[in-house]
Amino acid sequence: MAGKVITVTSGKGGVGKTTTTANIGVALARLGKKVVVVDADIGLRNLDIIMGLENRIVYDLVDIVEGRAKLKQALIKHKQFPDLYLIPAAQTRDKTAVSPSDMVALANELRKEFDFIVIDSPAGIERGFRNAVAPAEEVLIVTNPEVSAVRDADRIIGLIEAENKGPAKLILNRVKIEMIKKGEMLSPDDVTDILAIKIIGIVPEDEHVVPSSNSGVPVTLNDHSRAGQAFQNIARRLCGENVPFMNLEQNQGFFQRLGKLFGGGNG
Amino acid sequence: MSNFFDRLIGRNRESSAQTAKQRLQFVLVHDRINLPPERLKEMKEEILRVISKYVAVQGDEIDIALQQRDRNSSKLVAEVPFSGSLSGLAERASDPDKDKDDA
Repeated sequence: MAGKVITVTSGKGGVGKTTTTANIGVALARLGKKVVVVDADIGLRNLDIIMGLENRIVYDLVDIVEGRAKLKQALIKHKQFPDLYLIPAAQTRDKTAVSPSDMVALANELRKEFDFIVIDSPAGIERGFRNAVAPAEEVLIVTNPEVSAVRDADRIIGLIEAENKGPAKLILNRVKIEMIKKGEMLSPDDVTDILAIKIIGIVPEDEHVVPSSNSGVPVTLNDHSRAGQAFQNIARRLCGENVPFMNLEQNQGFFQRLGKLFGGGNG
Repeated sequence: MSNFFDRLIGRNRESSAQTAKQRLQFVLVHDRINLPPERLKEMKEEILRVISKYVAVQGDEIDIALQQRDRNSSKLVAEVPFSGSLSGLAERASDPDKDKDDA
């Protein structure tokens, strides 16, 4: 069983890499895959708390790399999905603790055990980013339909190509269809025109996301959440399934439909 | 009521999303070639100065544009109308007997 290594990166911080990694991991596990998610940040730990596994950490990525722990000791098994594991980030401030070749060696070990290895990259373009991308077979770039996020994504696309890890695919996160319709937000077509990259997922802005991080239960487990549904679709596409993109139109209430009748819609 | 007002102003100005797209397309051309707009402007001015040493450049219709088909292939396309040749004029001006020798 040779696993596939997928790195989730973005350039810009705060666009939803960790949320995406956690949810793709859970969604793949729900599809019956054996998955490990890896927090490749050095110094700041995030993936564990989003997944609700923060109390289970004994060893971390740096412990493995520096030989203080065997792989099996550091792998944290998810309670709900026994085939989903986490390798947490270290909280050391030494950015040089892990190198790209360390990550490649780790990924080669993990490949023997897992169908998917999903690596959460830190923001930026320095060492942490290079570490996260080094073992990647596929790179997913997360961005928001917003000027500074898209600009950073373009830089990342260039760096990925320069490393011969391309072509990367795009996940457009925090999309608000109503703003797009009013011309107040870049649309998925705008973003792909600008970046010249294929989209693998469009995730709507969703108020279920924060409460789900609050509880440590990734939003893809909430069947009422459209973001959750979008993450499921991304996981299915990663498995080779051809899943059409969700219709992002909000369900129209009675009074909204009435408003449209009296000229409240777009001309 | 406010919806009517929104549509009124909306129709009369470019949407902010369109502005964002144009701004991004512009700035990314420069990001990708690592030449910010001001530096590009300096380069164009220098190019014109060099050309002007050889021919008399006609200022009105000069166009030096950066074209980018994709992230990895850019080109500078210049249209520089000029009249006659500066060096030809200078030669004849400094040596009025030159043409007589060629005859």
